[in-house]
Amino acid sequence: MSDNTFVYVTYIRTTPEKLWTALTDPEFNRQFFLCSYQESDWKVGSSWKLIFPDGRVADSGEILEIDPPRRLVIKWRNEWMPEVKEDGYTRCTFTIEPDGELMKLAVTHEADGPHRLIANVAKGWPLVLASLKSLLETGKGFERPPSKG
Amino acid sequence: MSMDAVFRALADPTRRQLLDSLYARNGQTLNALCERIDMTRQAVTKHLAILEEANLVTTVRRGREKEHYLNPVPINEIAERWIGKFERHRLDALSDLKKRLEREEP
Repeated sequence: MSDNTFVYVTYIRTTPEKLWTALTDPEFNRQFFLCSYQESDWKVGSSWKLIFPDGRVADSGEILEIDPPRRLVIKWRNEWMPEVKEDGYTRCTFTIEPDGELMKLAVTHEADGPHRLIANVAKGWPLVLASLKSLLETGKGFERPPSKG
Repeated sequence: MSMDAVFRALADPTRRQLLDSLYARNGQTLNALCERIDMTRQAVTKHLAILEEANLVTTVRRGREKEHYLNPVPINEIAERWIGKFERHRLDALSDLKKRLEREEP
């Protein structure tokens, strides 16, 4: 049993390549990722950042594993809330598996011990993933800025 | 993976109770879930299968154990379909107000 893991799954009518592009392309990111985007050159060991719409760094880390268009693992630390940053790094794994005509996207966000970021992302991921599904299936994400609460 | 499946899954009080249990403690095994609910193991397994079918619960195998995780993504999809982004802020404010008022002693 783990209180420091969240697993989110959504099924999206799209191709693995489109889904991969949506996950890794900054312009695509902005349309579903609470107006934020990621910055990385997407190679193992490369630095990774999630940037707020106003340019502040929300989270940062490193690419641990990358196997397009199937699997991506990011070492992930919060940067904008000092008490959450203190808890250190978490791991976020994205997997894409075709399931009939749909793509099963699973996002597993976990920490090795109790971690404040996990409770925080628990509010964000369901919204981001629902928005990603909407974007890929209808051409429109939710375009909502991040809540600072 | 239809919305019908989500609504059907949510229409049962036991299944909502299982979701509440996972909300309180995510990643529970079948044994742990059974301990917190007055129901046979078989019945719990059946309800979990319906929740999994609706993608409201997702499972992860760790060794011999199967952990169950609450997956609120379909609920967000429903909320986004019927609650526009503008109404959302007002609803959040109302829901905060309701929570605050209900917390206060009469």
